[in-house]
Amino acid sequence: MSGLATRLDGKRIVICAGAGGVGKTTISAAVALGLASQGLRVALVTIDPARRLAEALGLDRLDNEPRGVDPARLGAGDLRLRGELSAMMLDVKRTFDELVALLAPDPATARAILANPVYEQLSTTLAGSQEYTAIAKLFELEQRGGYDAIVLDTPPSRSAIDFLHAPERLTGFLDGRLLAIFLAPSGQVLRAAGIVFGAMRRITGVGLLDDLTTFFRLVSGLLAGLRARAADVERLLTDQRTAFVVVSSPERAPLEEAIHFARELERNGMHRAGVIVNRVHPLDAGDLGRAATARRLAPALGCALADAVAGAHARVQLLAARDRDAVDELRAALDEPALACVLDRERDLRDIAALAAELLG
Amino acid sequence: MTGRRLIVVTGKGGVGKSTVAAALAVAAVRRGQRTVVVEVAASDDVARALGGSAGDSLRETEPYPGMRHVTIDRRAAMEAYLHDEVPGVVPAALLARSRAFELFVAATPGMSDLLTIGKVWELAQRPRHTRGASPYDLVVLDAPASGNVAGLLAAPRTFRSIARVGPIANQCAAIDRTLTDAGATQVVAVATPEQMPVTETLMLRGALRRQLGIELRAVVVNRVVCTPLHDEDLEALAGAGDDPAVASARWLHGRAQAHREQIARLRRGMPDADVVTLPFLFTRELRRQQIEQLAARLDGLAP
Repeated sequence: MSGLATRLDGKRIVICAGAGGVGKTTISAAVALGLASQGLRVALVTIDPARRLAEALGLDRLDNEPRGVDPARLGAGDLRLRGELSAMMLDVKRTFDELVALLAPDPATARAILANPVYEQLSTTLAGSQEYTAIAKLFELEQRGGYDAIVLDTPPSRSAIDFLHAPERLTGFLDGRLLAIFLAPSGQVLRAAGIVFGAMRRITGVGLLDDLTTFFRLVSGLLAGLRARAADVERLLTDQRTAFVVVSSPERAPLEEAIHFARELERNGMHRAGVIVNRVHPLDAGDLGRAATARRLAPALGCALADAVAGAHARVQLLAARDRDAVDELRAALDEPALACVLDRERDLRDIAALAAELLG
Repeated sequence: MTGRRLIVVTGKGGVGKSTVAAALAVAAVRRGQRTVVVEVAASDDVARALGGSAGDSLRETEPYPGMRHVTIDRRAAMEAYLHDEVPGVVPAALLARSRAFELFVAATPGMSDLLTIGKVWELAQRPRHTRGASPYDLVVLDAPASGNVAGLLAAPRTFRSIARVGPIANQCAAIDRTLTDAGATQVVAVATPEQMPVTETLMLRGALRRQLGIELRAVVVNRVVCTPLHDEDLEALAGAGDDPAVASARWLHGRAQAHREQIARLRRGMPDADVVTLPFLFTRELRRQQIEQLAARLDGLAP
């Protein structure tokens, strides 16, 4: 078993985190497939997959539930899948709707909330909603049972750390004192809030303010349930059987993000199973420089072609050297023995199976 | 192209959007235009690309001679906008820092984006609405990578559709006019020559048309790899066997070919657009000098 496979052994939840644009979704799919091929029943939760991957994973059934994946479409035809793989694409609005239905005191309140125009807007655009619903879905699947492991591909946010703090940010935003302001717009309200109300009414008109007030009135009954759920999901993140896989590429911004994120995991007592650096160019350790390369190749290729090849090699070497320095920096900063490098290739879907074997074989 | 006041640079994370925004700004400065680059939220990628660093929100720094840089965070943009456009309603600072107002903004369709784009619009006004602020010839907006730029640009009309009256609603008409006037505002999409970025650029084109009637006419394809080999050379390479240099050359050639295919796909999907390619710069780090090189290539796109 690879280092990563050992560290993932016995984990029920695997969260792939990292900056946007590093290939997290592909890596998540490969990790999920790898675990399934070891005999586990695995659910993969994706957020924003590219169309071709979405098609291969059968994610056209947008019902916010994991559905079985045909491993042959990921190139695992000859790889005998001892376990099972299911996949789903997270639907933020739908997950919130499910939570409302679950936590509302009665069906009429649930219906009223779902029909409220402010709810429509807030549920998709409030900062942290993607992250919150991703973890909430994770929690729901874990509670339900039936899966040995759940792999989550985190949302493409600029800061991976947003993910860790999303539950508290979301519920903090809907805090009790704030709601009190909307629910009792006179009497005990602070003078400042009265001024704010007046300003809001003048700036945008009355109708909007009414919608907002109605919304908060409806939601006040759910708030305790939302907060309890937030506390549950936070516990899930620090659980012994939850592990994070940090995904980066050799570029500066994702690298710094990865280091930052890994430190934040440590600070919060969350468990890291490994680090994967994607899109790495391999270095030719025996390279002696452009002129020497051209001379070496000239007998076989002729001078002109040898020179062109040497030039190409020099360029690729520069890339590879840059990548190697980045990987070294990451390894040192995180003191990470299970750092896996994934080589840069135009990744064909068939390679997901090969990638799975590479990472977890 | 006279009268162009705002360039909106958009693209997903990792395509080099901020580098292109910086290069476009440098190209404009070299043509004698007073230029400001605006970034949203905590991002300071452009300032970093030019070796400078972002100042506090709304404080203007100068990372390149003649070029200003401003970082807008939502709250500061909100405060500034309210202060400039709706004076006397209530002290802007008080309003902007009120949690109730913050929630209100989050809940109101288009409002958050409106306050951001409103500040960007103000930067492009001559004279400025902010008292004492210096005017610019060109504003380059480095739009948020994970955001929805069509939604950002449509914010004035989205907001207006739910709040028809009031001082902010009135302002929306003016902002919308500027944003949808091709002579005043240009959207430049940045992509890399790969499957997903090209698909997303084509989808953006559709979204801009549908939501705003804006034509996406300029695309910068970044990090394009060129090969020193010709297809005929590939056979000859077999003569050198397993040499690592040959493997590199094959890889580079294959990559260049894949890039050519994606660029062709982009051009087929956008036959009327100006597609400028920028080379992959095989340097260890992108420095100011390289940005200036890129600026020269982008000169045709800047007004």
